[in-house]
Amino acid sequence: MPRVPGLIKGLGVTFGEMVKTLKPDSRGGGPVTVDYPHVKEDPAPRARGVIALHEENCTACMLCSRECPDWCIYIEAHKYLAPPRREGGKPRKKNALDRFDIDYSLCMYCGICVEVCPFDALFWSPEYEYSEPRIADLLHDKSRLGEWMTTVPDFEPYEAGSEQKVKKVPS
Amino acid sequence: MTHVLASIDLAYWQQTAIKLIVVTLLVPTTALIFGIVFLFKVMSWMQSRKGPQEAGPRGLLQLLADGAKFVQKEDLIPDKADRFVFKTAPIVVLLSTLLLYVILPASQHLVVEDLDVGIFFALAVSSVSVIGILMAGWSSANKYSLIGAIRAAGQLIAYELPMVLAVVGVVIQAGTLSLNGIVAAQAGGAIFGFSALGNPFILTQFIGFFIFMAAVQAELTQPPFDMPVAESELVGGYQVEYSGFRFLFFFLAEFATAFVFAGIAATLFLGGFWIPGVDIASNTYWVLGPIVLFTKIMIVAFIIFWVRFTYPRFREDQLQAFAWKWLIPLALFNILVTGVLKVVF
Repeated sequence: MPRVPGLIKGLGVTFGEMVKTLKPDSRGGGPVTVDYPHVKEDPAPRARGVIALHEENCTACMLCSRECPDWCIYIEAHKYLAPPRREGGKPRKKNALDRFDIDYSLCMYCGICVEVCPFDALFWSPEYEYSEPRIADLLHDKSRLGEWMTTVPDFEPYEAGSEQKVKKVPS
Repeated sequence: MTHVLASIDLAYWQQTAIKLIVVTLLVPTTALIFGIVFLFKVMSWMQSRKGPQEAGPRGLLQLLADGAKFVQKEDLIPDKADRFVFKTAPIVVLLSTLLLYVILPASQHLVVEDLDVGIFFALAVSSVSVIGILMAGWSSANKYSLIGAIRAAGQLIAYELPMVLAVVGVVIQAGTLSLNGIVAAQAGGAIFGFSALGNPFILTQFIGFFIFMAAVQAELTQPPFDMPVAESELVGGYQVEYSGFRFLFFFLAEFATAFVFAGIAATLFLGGFWIPGVDIASNTYWVLGPIVLFTKIMIVAFIIFWVRFTYPRFREDQLQAFAWKWLIPLALFNILVTGVLKVVF
């Protein structure tokens, strides 16, 4: 018998939720879900959807590739001689990126590559609609990774008390 | 128009044919209505969702699509299953539902068979489904379905009793077992001499109504009484091995039974097809009766499904204790009080 008030309260909760869902949006009602294919939900801050590459910043240092626990980053590059900065100087040795592929069928979205990149070339993007009918098609090259750069949101400050490390998003 | 309907006189075989068609059409239709309105829409709203949106206007055709999906699926029968029993079980369950529709009056004449022992017949045929469920569980040759079937049998037997006892209170007050008679008793009743509203038995038999609703919930194996089909522990109980249209039969039976039990509850406690202000013998009930009854059924069903979507599952011992230690003594007490009051007044 002592459980009865709780039982009635429970019925009240579900009924209240129904009334709230049926109320029009303008009056603070509506469901918590969205009509997904038609309306997209706002991504959570720092959502880990896909890894985007800012190619100009990449020096092909291979750190991300070597730190990747799944070995899903493939980098190929060649060296070339760039003209010297000042007159009469030595030509500079530079790395040109030939290939930067991430195999998203292997990637486990740990984000270590984004963390270790010393030149701010890798970023998390909240984009998630890149499924493929064939698993081999999940290997994305640097042009595709570059496209996702446009979806990278501005850096949001971390919550109070967390590590202070600010990453610059190239505009 | 209502007079025209009342004056039509058909031969026995014509009446029987019409009744057969109506009942066979009613079972899937009512199951569809309940599935869409309650299982899809009301449940979604209570969980702060919108429910199906894509199939048809506001997703109202979703269940038809699901039904079509079930029909086109492969009809799987386990290797070690008792094939004949396995195939018959869903039919037996559905048969019990079909038989329940026989006695539900949608007006004094709009009833398939107005039996003198109507409510007794309903309670008797509703327990036929236990046999079907046991057959399904046993013949599947699967330990989960067997456990589910045994649980279902134990539960249905335990809750059959409070249901019968809850109905006894109504029967004592009405003085008849016929559902038409019970409706007439409510229409002709009076509350302390005030007879404009009649006397819906929910006012005097509120304990009976509560017990009946609890027992109906258990008969339908719906949450919080869904031990027999507990997905999280029995993967679906006696339905485990059923696929395709055989599963569809179980689904239809469940929701059509929910409809007809809501109808019986509405008839016993809310006055059935009768509405205050219109004389019970009036010809308008040829049209008005089904509408009024349907409205009342939807109200009762809302309570059934509201409870379903709110409470978590009972544990097996709690489930049995609730029936034997609470509902049955309460129902017996209710019968006693009703009997005494019947004699006194």
